[in-house]
Amino acid sequence: MHQLLDAVFEPGFFASPQVHIAATIGGVVAIVSAVTGVFTVMRGQSFGGHALGDVSAAGGSAALLVGLTPVAGFVGLGIVGAAAMDMIGVRRLRSRDLATGVVLGSAIGLTALFLYLTSTRGTTTGAPQQILFGSIFTTTSSTIPVVAILAAVALGAIAMVCRPLLLATMSPDIATARGVPVRLVGLVYMLALAVSVGLSSLAIGAILSTALLIGPPAAALRVTNKVVWSVTVACLFGVAATWIGILLSYDSFYWGASHQALPVSFFIVAAVIATYLLAGLVARQRAPAAVDHGRAG
Amino acid sequence: MAEDTIISGPGSPVLDVEGVSVTLSGREILDKVSFQIRAGEFTGLIGPNGAGKTTLLRVVLGLQRPGGGQVSVVGRTGSPRQQPIGYVPQKVLLDPDLPMRARDLIALGADGSRYGLRLPSRQRNEAVREMLHAVDADLFADARVGNLSGGEQQRVLLAQALISRPRLLLLDEPLANLDLRSGQEIVSLLARIAREQQIAILLSAHEMNPLLPVLDRIVYLAGGRAASGTTSEVITTERLSALYGHHVEVLRVNGRVLVVAGDPVGGAAAAAGPAAGAG
Amino acid sequence: MFAVGFMTNAWITGTIVAVVAGVVGHFVVLRGSAFPAHAIPKGAFAGAAGASLLGLNTLLGMAVFALLGALGIGTLGRRDRRDVVTALALVMMLALGAAFLSRTTEYEAQVYSLLFGEILGVNTGEILPVALLGVLCIVALAVIYRPLMMSSVAPEVAEARGISTQRVEILFLLIVALATAMTIPVVGTLLIFSLMIGPPAAARSLTSRPLIAMVLSVCIALVTVWLSIAASYLYNWPVGFFVGTVSALSYGLGRGWAAWQHRQRRSVAWPAGAPVATAADRLAER
Repeated sequence: MHQLLDAVFEPGFFASPQVHIAATIGGVVAIVSAVTGVFTVMRGQSFGGHALGDVSAAGGSAALLVGLTPVAGFVGLGIVGAAAMDMIGVRRLRSRDLATGVVLGSAIGLTALFLYLTSTRGTTTGAPQQILFGSIFTTTSSTIPVVAILAAVALGAIAMVCRPLLLATMSPDIATARGVPVRLVGLVYMLALAVSVGLSSLAIGAILSTALLIGPPAAALRVTNKVVWSVTVACLFGVAATWIGILLSYDSFYWGASHQALPVSFFIVAAVIATYLLAGLVARQRAPAAVDHGRAG
Repeated sequence: MAEDTIISGPGSPVLDVEGVSVTLSGREILDKVSFQIRAGEFTGLIGPNGAGKTTLLRVVLGLQRPGGGQVSVVGRTGSPRQQPIGYVPQKVLLDPDLPMRARDLIALGADGSRYGLRLPSRQRNEAVREMLHAVDADLFADARVGNLSGGEQQRVLLAQALISRPRLLLLDEPLANLDLRSGQEIVSLLARIAREQQIAILLSAHEMNPLLPVLDRIVYLAGGRAASGTTSEVITTERLSALYGHHVEVLRVNGRVLVVAGDPVGGAAAAAGPAAGAG
Repeated sequence: MFAVGFMTNAWITGTIVAVVAGVVGHFVVLRGSAFPAHAIPKGAFAGAAGASLLGLNTLLGMAVFALLGALGIGTLGRRDRRDVVTALALVMMLALGAAFLSRTTEYEAQVYSLLFGEILGVNTGEILPVALLGVLCIVALAVIYRPLMMSSVAPEVAEARGISTQRVEILFLLIVALATAMTIPVVGTLLIFSLMIGPPAAARSLTSRPLIAMVLSVCIALVTVWLSIAASYLYNWPVGFFVGTVSALSYGLGRGWAAWQHRQRRSVAWPAGAPVATAADRLAER
């Protein structure tokens, strides 16, 4: 038994301060992403959620350029981008994705510019990679307070509008008839999404930001029938995937002769996808009638 | 839910549509449509497909601003409507991914416009149980809404609209996709609700025969214009011909009404607009 | 700007890229495939890292990942929500890319140009393959034009006629993958999709007729690319920045023009809460 535990948890795992920080930040981010992610998947906004990651990255490169703190850039431009998407976007799904695509294209163009300007000032190399991929193991404990505050803001906003948002997601017309300010509620949601994605892109990188925003919620939605449960299960899936990924990444350092760890993003994404596929199997067991999504979403 | 103080007296209309005109993409859909509905009146909005029934309902809901005229709900104009209106749309494509059981959707009808997290409430659960029973949805109360049939979804949506105790209830073509028996059940249910709870109900349909026995009033829409009154006042050859702009005959056959266009002598008679329901 | 050798290459390649992007993009917008059009090239970028690790041609790696991504989205996207599948396929490819990148350092220099394009660095030898692939894309589209149009506009009717919408979707995504793979070295993985969205969306705001929209889409894409090359040459800023910005501007202008047209037609002013239906939306509804 001891041997098994030793094999699973390589030496120094529980003691490592890096692991503690990664687990804490990862856990918090996983929870925020799961909560906003459930609404994101329900509203068919996966593209928007992903796009905001790249928009935040543009903000990050801008912050790098002018010497601002990265948080301001990531979250700041994320909010601007989300507001733009909401204003340009129209109710119909396709037109909304186009608006998202256009905002995304502009943001990427800006990233190109900022990175170029940064490189001409001769400061950082590998900046594009850093911004695009990021790494949970390179964040420091100083980010924890910021992450916690932003997470609280995003969660609070969602908690405030969760019921009108649900009603509006189900049917905007019925919601309007009941007096729900559908546009406003949608905007509040987008801003919460911007904060959530901005903070996750900053803390754990762009890949994981999208993975944790979409994967665990999508899996949870397939196996639950109540929103409260969906959110809870999504959080569980997200945190579990994050912690398992951290563990495996830590262990991978000891695998093979090269002593080179595989990036944590790889393992977390693998865990997320495994969860999603398993949830899909479970769902299909319960209800064999295949639902044809066709053009949906 | 707290009731707003209502300035208008008991006799004043719940819904007052005055001279509403709507032009869309260059086409005049509605032309100075006027009618009133009082509390407890079960009113049918009848007209052929494309006559503008959905547009009119959208104007009443505040989703579409009219080019002319105004709408007041419980004495108040202005959009968005301050007074909640119960609304059952024609086709709500309930996303199969939506994690909601029928019971949850109805509960959302009760407090979906409230902000903040929802606290458990026995009162609300009771109300939901009542509603489920009222629309005969007990059997599938715990099924995912996305998996329900069209008729079942409609009943759940009706319950969701009713649980908020609206003064005005709008239904867009609820009978279109129902078989005859379900349609009759819904219609009698609605008539009873209108009477008992003094709710003003406006229901749009393109076939009026299933509704004639229970309707208090009728708003007949054709050619963008409307005629309103009791069924015997409106469904006459003279009034409908004026509405359509050409001669139509109103025939009463076996207790059913048939509106027929064309010259009775010579030329082919073709059924125009709402035709007789089968059986 | 026109005389220098490498600039000629840039003009020629840019033109080819714009034509292909304009044509393929027309269908991307029609089918609402904005997310896959973004995800496929982005995932392809990860393939380049993998190829570099294995010592293979990076272009090959990109093409393989692009095609795999297209297949994955096309097959799984039928059963599950398409936007969820696209997101997960994308992160899987990127995660693999991150894993590859962690094992190799030789690839870093190319990263910027692969992401944002290096059109001014195209050499003469690359023009012919790009042109051939471009022709291949357009021919493929022409071959499946009718089933593609039908399944884009009225999928149920298409199914009734015996057209497998899933197969059409997979074929279409493969064409998108091919188009992006061939244009990546020129415009970069992150910006090719910008050319496939902005100009076609703008074209659709201007007209409802499909063939005219496609021609307009190509024209706007050409103007976008030419302006971007010229601006990049003059100001030394990356061409990708101009592509992204001009695409967005053309989209905005298109929407603005459509909205202005709407108001001219003496129709009711839309209330703030209601959706603004442009010609593009009505086309999407059909």
